[in-house]
Amino acid sequence: MKKQLFALLFALMPFTAWGAPAGDVPHSMTPDLQDQESLQRGMQLYVNYCMGCHSLEHQRFARAAEDLGMPQDLVEDNLIFSSSLAFNDQMHNAMQNEDGENWFGAAPPDLTLRSRVRGNDWIYSYLLSFYKDPSRPSGVNNTVFELVAMPNVLEPLQGVQEKVCAATDHPVEGAELDPLTGKYQACGVLQVTQPGSMEPEEFEEVAYDLTNFLAYVGEPSKLQAQALAPKVLIFIFIFGVIAYLLKREYWRDVH
Amino acid sequence: MGNPNKAKAESGFMRWVDDRFPATQMIQEHLTQYYAPKNFNFFYIFGVLAMVVLVNQILTGVWLTMSYNPSAEGAFASVEYIMRDVEFGWLIRYMHSTGATAFFVVIYMHMFRALMYGSYKAPRELIWIFGMTIYLALMAEAFMGYLLPWGQMSYWGAQVIISLFSAIPVIGGDLTQWIRGDFLISGITLNRFFALHVVALPIVILALVVLHIIALHEVGSNNPDGVNIKAKKDETGKPLDGIPFHPYYTVKDLVGIAIFLFVFAVVIFYFPEGGGYFLEKPNFEPANPLVTPDHIAPVWYFTPFYAILRAITFSLFGLDAKFLGVLFMGGAIAVLFVLPWLDRSPVLSIRYKGWMSKVALAVFAISFIILGILGALPTTAARTVVAQICTALYFAFFLLMPIYTRLEKTKPVPERVTG
Repeated sequence: MKKQLFALLFALMPFTAWGAPAGDVPHSMTPDLQDQESLQRGMQLYVNYCMGCHSLEHQRFARAAEDLGMPQDLVEDNLIFSSSLAFNDQMHNAMQNEDGENWFGAAPPDLTLRSRVRGNDWIYSYLLSFYKDPSRPSGVNNTVFELVAMPNVLEPLQGVQEKVCAATDHPVEGAELDPLTGKYQACGVLQVTQPGSMEPEEFEEVAYDLTNFLAYVGEPSKLQAQALAPKVLIFIFIFGVIAYLLKREYWRDVH
Repeated sequence: MGNPNKAKAESGFMRWVDDRFPATQMIQEHLTQYYAPKNFNFFYIFGVLAMVVLVNQILTGVWLTMSYNPSAEGAFASVEYIMRDVEFGWLIRYMHSTGATAFFVVIYMHMFRALMYGSYKAPRELIWIFGMTIYLALMAEAFMGYLLPWGQMSYWGAQVIISLFSAIPVIGGDLTQWIRGDFLISGITLNRFFALHVVALPIVILALVVLHIIALHEVGSNNPDGVNIKAKKDETGKPLDGIPFHPYYTVKDLVGIAIFLFVFAVVIFYFPEGGGYFLEKPNFEPANPLVTPDHIAPVWYFTPFYAILRAITFSLFGLDAKFLGVLFMGGAIAVLFVLPWLDRSPVLSIRYKGWMSKVALAVFAISFIILGILGALPTTAARTVVAQICTALYFAFFLLMPIYTRLEKTKPVPERVTG
């Protein structure tokens, strides 16, 4: 019977091994829903830099306040800018889809579930991958999302990135590894050429906090699931042990 | 009135009931005096697990229906409303979505058990046919349920599958439109799928489950040895190798149910998306008839048949490839219905069949899994060739069965069950 169980596990293995998302995503991040400070910073950044265009139409301010450990008055004073939005409302914005199409060529999508569509690594990489491209109407392009209509709204923080020839830690196609430095010498590497108000490391934290917040928004129930899971599993385990002892007792007389 | 030999309680409330409804009689027939072989192994848990999952799907489904909005405008948002604003809505929804996957895992194992131990063979042909009909109804149920969240994959998956009917010559176009109720998949389609998913098909499935079990209890359960336990009885007429279903198998099944629930709960709490195979990533985007996803793949439990559909890339006998693919896909399921008459072996269980049956079953199982993997991936020329080979092997298992089951030398079947 054990052999059969293992055979079953092996049969199912390919299904688990293909979970990795495809596409050119240079950076990765692991969300930490327990890090409330990061999530709070992420929400603050989101309402200041993103929400003007990107609504979170399924996420309520009140729910975020509760899950992220923020008192109601603090949220109302600092994170709700529109007088038409109340604490219990979803995070809508005033921008009309037609306006978005007229201004950018495409309406900015709602981002409530973006982390579940694209994945967290994609969002994190996307935020870090804008670069100067004068041929674009917005003046920037993005290596993760070619020809994206969105301008780099975080540019005051990040500064201006450009594609340059430089050394990089990330493997680049066609570039050779320098055995001395352990880096790849390649062109098309993104580098800040005009500094913003933050150092690159600081800005990576901004991208992390924003992505972490969007990971939370994609599935707020994950916090509840993580809290409930051990209790349920322990209950089922104890039930299973009792059921097994009962079975053993009953089956004593079966030969 | 009624049969005077019916079992009745001596006195009291049960006697009052028994005079009006055969409660005690039924409990004896189906539980306390239903003799099941004592040598059931691991593979015999999946029938009862299918019942557990069925109950799970019905209960969570009822509660989902309370908050779900079956309209093109409101469906997607109502699922997120359930996920966020309904108390424990996320748990109910994940129990239902993971339950769909669990249902097919359990049913595939249950069917594989039947293939291994010849549970479809006489006198259990009707049990098998009822079971296959349940499987068919379950596929329809799952397919229609997958449209309801109204995500991108819901929409385009349904689009692909419904358009298969358009491959049928002459009536195809009209038939497709009749199924959709519209010129394209719309709120009208969503509404009728909702009605079928929550009312019509569950009734059909429940009725078929009752028939499946009545037929089973009429002839008795098979076992890993394929030995007829009713052939050897003690002086009181009880099968020597049989034990009453209750309490022996009820308590044993509780252990299996606990193990199943543990795994089920781990998936629900920690991996509800199943790496994008239980809940597909594009389905977190609302349905958009103007934007086709890059890669449309059905949910994992349909992928073997989808791979067979795509494997047919050639025309034959004047039938075009698409229609031929639909025929092969339908045939892959239809051939299972006649399985009891394809198997000409004198023995039931794989334990006593010859090497040809063993090889055939192993090759079949591997082909089915490979087809399942291929059905989830985008096609390439090489993958199509592999899918064609596996499709051929899939059908060979069935179509050659009358030959290899008659040719091979079987081992002697013991008189009594072993271990």
